[in-house]
Amino acid sequence: MDYAIDIRDLTVAYREKPVLWDVDLQVPPGVLIAIVGPNGAGKTSLIKSSLGLIKPAAGSVLIHGRPYSEQRSTVAYVPQRGSVDWDFPTNVLDVVTMGLYGRLGWFKRPGKSERIEALKSLAQVGMEEYATRQISQLSGGQQQRVFLARALVQDANVYFMDEPFQGVDATTERAIVELLQNLRKQGKTVAVVHHDLQTVPEYFDHVMLLNVRRIASGPVEEVFTEDNLRTTYGGRVAFVSALSAARKQ
Amino acid sequence: MIDLLTNLFSDYTLRTVALGSALLGITAGSLGGFALLRRQSLLGDAISHAALPGIAIAFLLTGSKAPLVLILGAGIAGWIGAALISVVTTQTRIKYDSALGIMLSVFFGFGLVLLTYIQRQPDANQAGLNSFLFGQAAALIEQDVFLIFVIGSVVILLIALFWKEFKLLSFDSDFLGTLGYPIRTLDYLLTTLFVVAIVIGLQTVGVVLMSAMIIAPAAAARQWTDRLGLMIFLAGIFGAFSGVGGALTSSLIPALPTGPTIVLIVSAIVLISLLFAPNRGLVFRRVRDWQAGKRLRVDAVLVDLYTLASQHSSAEYPHSERVLDVMSSISGPAHQTLKVLKDLDLAIPIDSTHWSLTPEGVLRAERVIERQFGGDS
Ligand SMILES: Nc1ncnc2c1ncn2[C@@H]1O[C@H](COP(=O)(O)OP(=O)(O)O)[C@@H](O)[C@H]1O
Ligand SMILES: [Mg+2]
Repeated sequence: MDYAIDIRDLTVAYREKPVLWDVDLQVPPGVLIAIVGPNGAGKTSLIKSSLGLIKPAAGSVLIHGRPYSEQRSTVAYVPQRGSVDWDFPTNVLDVVTMGLYGRLGWFKRPGKSERIEALKSLAQVGMEEYATRQISQLSGGQQQRVFLARALVQDANVYFMDEPFQGVDATTERAIVELLQNLRKQGKTVAVVHHDLQTVPEYFDHVMLLNVRRIASGPVEEVFTEDNLRTTYGGRVAFVSALSAARKQ
Repeated sequence: MIDLLTNLFSDYTLRTVALGSALLGITAGSLGGFALLRRQSLLGDAISHAALPGIAIAFLLTGSKAPLVLILGAGIAGWIGAALISVVTTQTRIKYDSALGIMLSVFFGFGLVLLTYIQRQPDANQAGLNSFLFGQAAALIEQDVFLIFVIGSVVILLIALFWKEFKLLSFDSDFLGTLGYPIRTLDYLLTTLFVVAIVIGLQTVGVVLMSAMIIAPAAAARQWTDRLGLMIFLAGIFGAFSGVGGALTSSLIPALPTGPTIVLIVSAIVLISLLFAPNRGLVFRRVRDWQAGKRLRVDAVLVDLYTLASQHSSAEYPHSERVLDVMSSISGPAHQTLKVLKDLDLAIPIDSTHWSLTPEGVLRAERVIERQFGGDS
């Protein structure tokens, strides 16, 4: 079977201490998958090593059967919002245009057609009237949507998103969920680091439970069980039982 | 002043000095813009101090004081310093700022020892190396300026060529990496340009204060604009201006070292920018806060008048100032604010102490109330 994301035996360590240990993950195409796990579980590291930003100690990652280096143009990335300086002197449209730098290649500057494309994806996240706004003057939810627009303009088949719901209000969250589900409808594969366990069954069709090791992964109804959550989150039982209460509703 | 200007056009030495320091300022300022945005302000300080032993060793090995030789030595040492900082922070538990401090003091200390040793040597050739500490623009000769011009142009050209790559490297290097660009190599390239921009200024500005020449123009430029291109351009201009100003002043007054003079001028530019730049400047922010405060007071008194009047038959029913003083949710007497309301035609005085809303005031008050209490917008 051709998996959109196929991770095998992935081990990642920063200075000897392993943060991912022998992790496997197979994601079929056209799936919206949540990656959940406690802080420091290695979710960001998993995404970064899938994108070739971190060299793993062992293991392999294939995107639609080929290594990432051959698939760059079909993969898009939304980093954690806090990973950049939002006081950087630039505006919204410029940031979204950065999504096209890969296609542009060395030395070529973005021109009119790139700006038109960027405006289109800004419209998709409902931010077209913010195109000339300084990025320092955006709310958290708006920053998140700008990052999403930058990923959309990459026009990829596989999307990796690191906590796209972090710090956004309820309205924005709904808008983002709708966007993700639209991507899935177009047959794209979207892997999303997600923190709110309660909304996992509602938003996603697959889930991966991660805590250094892979605890489980697969369709939500099969693997999103109290047992698996307990293993993933260890002693924090109150958290987990609140969740199961929510699921019974 | 007029003297200075006429001298500038007629005096060959002065012209050389001015041109050299202008080119230096442009190069240092524009590289400094990137360093500032990448939070590497202190790296410039470490690199310039680390360059000192390179200058001394280059002299000891070759016995030459040719600018190219000394700059090469400075560049190699500065670059090794920068690379060591990067190795130490990634390979050990030592933090970035500690690594900077260690490298700066070790290299600089070693450089001072070498300089002292060179000065003890019997031959007279060593004279002038000391000026690398605080800089001596007056010593710039045509040959130096030509070298600065060539190196500076290459640096600026490379910035223009790699503009989009350097921009994304500075804003979100991981994202640039996922697009297939070699971020390590680009990082080394930008750091190398940084080292180059620093070492070509060492003779003029000196190792001790060169970092100010790098960072201060950029910090000032950041205040005036929210566009990267304009910021880098302004940083270059500020750098050139303070370079020329400092170099000329110090060439005319023999006892004045160049580095400190340049730093004084650039500090003045920074101070002005911090205070008076639109949007980001302190004064602007104060004024904006003050205006926001005034608007809040206006709205508060307006709503108070409206609330009082709504207890009567007419919305324009007059009320005494003293009631408003007590009532206002914002502290202080209402008199000043009422006068503002009068200027805006929102309220009119009925007699010396009684005030009433105008129809326009009523409308505005209703809008304010709606905005404050009418659900979320
Ligand atoms: N660059 C790094 N150097 C050293 N340790 C790191 C680095 N990045 C992350 N870590 C450590 O790796 C672990 C996993 O981090 P991360 O992948 O960011 O987890 P998550 O995204 O699930 O919160 C954490 O313990 C973190 O402290
Ligand atoms: Mg993370």
